[in-house]
Amino acid sequence: METINYQNFRIDAENICVDYNGKVALYDANLRLKPGQICGLVGMNGAGKTTFFNALTGFVNISKGKIRINGESVRSAQKDQTIAYVPQNEGIDSQFPISVWDVVMMGRYGSMNIFRCPRESDVQAVKDAIERVDLTDHLSTPIGNLSGGQRKRTFLARAIAQRASILLLDEPFSGVDIRTEKLISELFIQFKNEGKTILLSTHDMIHVREFCDLVLLINKTVVAYGETSEVFTPENITTTFGGISPDFLFGPES
Amino acid sequence: MELCSFLTLDSFITDPLTHDFMRKALLMSSLVAAVCGFLSSYLTLKGWALMGDAVSHSVMPGVVVAYALGLPFSLGAFIFGVGSVALIGFIKQKSRVKEDTVIGLVFTGFFALGIVLVSKIKSNIDLHSILFGSPLGISLSDVKQTIFISLLVVILLSIFRKDLMLYCFDPRHAKTVGINVFFLHYLLLTCLSLAAVVGLQSVGIILVVAMLITPGATAYLLTDRFENMTVISVLSAIISSLIGIYVSFWFDLETGGSIVLAQTFIFLFAFLFAPRYGIFKLKKLFAGYK
Repeated sequence: METINYQNFRIDAENICVDYNGKVALYDANLRLKPGQICGLVGMNGAGKTTFFNALTGFVNISKGKIRINGESVRSAQKDQTIAYVPQNEGIDSQFPISVWDVVMMGRYGSMNIFRCPRESDVQAVKDAIERVDLTDHLSTPIGNLSGGQRKRTFLARAIAQRASILLLDEPFSGVDIRTEKLISELFIQFKNEGKTILLSTHDMIHVREFCDLVLLINKTVVAYGETSEVFTPENITTTFGGISPDFLFGPES
Repeated sequence: MELCSFLTLDSFITDPLTHDFMRKALLMSSLVAAVCGFLSSYLTLKGWALMGDAVSHSVMPGVVVAYALGLPFSLGAFIFGVGSVALIGFIKQKSRVKEDTVIGLVFTGFFALGIVLVSKIKSNIDLHSILFGSPLGISLSDVKQTIFISLLVVILLSIFRKDLMLYCFDPRHAKTVGINVFFLHYLLLTCLSLAAVVGLQSVGIILVVAMLITPGATAYLLTDRFENMTVISVLSAIISSLIGIYVSFWFDLETGGSIVLAQTFIFLFAFLFAPRYGIFKLKKLFAGYK
């Protein structure tokens, strides 16, 4: 058997379990991703997608198993700003009195001093990130005055400013306009070429086929994992969604 | 009669200043208001109004015990304030009872304990001044304590203001980039307990929660920028304190109640006339005349 070099994997989750006060949310889940891979995370509501993200970012503790990020612990990944999390629009308080600039600047907080005083390099990183998501006209706009798509781009810019090598995106395409969708998909290709690793959860099966090299189907545990072309089959999807046929979920395949 | 000199605005403001206790009350209440107003921005955005209510009521037994033992009352208040929060967290985690229920039952339990203790420990504790505040009768040792605690809270909030804003806004991101969320959570709770301790001198235990949420809520209606929100919150809190104390002096009203009522009126004004978020949206009205 060949020995595994864990350094080769950006994300290496081995048999992880998460429970909330004894209630199991995720068990025996495995995932291995290399640089430049885009993986879709597919499952029903409550199947453990958000829990999976939370375990990878260290927002919840795993009760069993092991997570290595670039071969190291989650804790050191946090210190190194390795992982960026892009929340779904419903996950944030859109009425919070904060501007686009300030949100994106939060991507730099982890590498600033204790007073979080932006250095010139931080300002530049924020400017560049905002430019990449095409929000330069909205630097000082409060996030409450943005459209759903613009808000999504703001948080993407935060992840870009953070210069993370792993991006976790929770429903990146839900509630966004066509323009944002196009921009996000262009960014994905750029990220891939830059060698970033992307894990995204989605409800939209078309997006999985379009962007994802790999797909991870979960329902409290891994139902299937592998190359999208091999694993993303109607049978597997049916199992993931508790016996409901994919035809019923997204119409007959064209 | 005092009301005669009420005729000129000048004497309305300057006459009370000739009294030593009034100067002290105005200064101390402004300081307390500034501290509570600063914290208020965070509490309203974090949605911790009920938590503020809980902590402020829970300090009651601490105050009574500290008085009975001859300790600084802020110490007792602080211990019980933080203790109540720890207990709330513990019960919530170990039972299936919902959080708001747990908060409600813990703080009323603490408050009841305080009231029972007052009736049992027959010392010279003035129940009225604990419940309703006594900014006009503040003692020298209380002044020192208040200044010390206020400075401590202001320094802590100033150092960690950006981290606390991030914690209120997106704790998950904070955690992801290695910021100590656990520390920030307890920092905010500590500041809350300390602010409740100084706040209760001005307006008393029952109304101190108003000092902790109303200025922030007012400011929230008036701005979309966090920095401005803090400034507006502090200013509206200070102005309310000054108005409250003057009004209570001239019309012989309960001081704590007057301060909180002034805050409520300022909030109502913002609620009705805030440029963007008020009911009448002044900005739009004026735009219509152009």
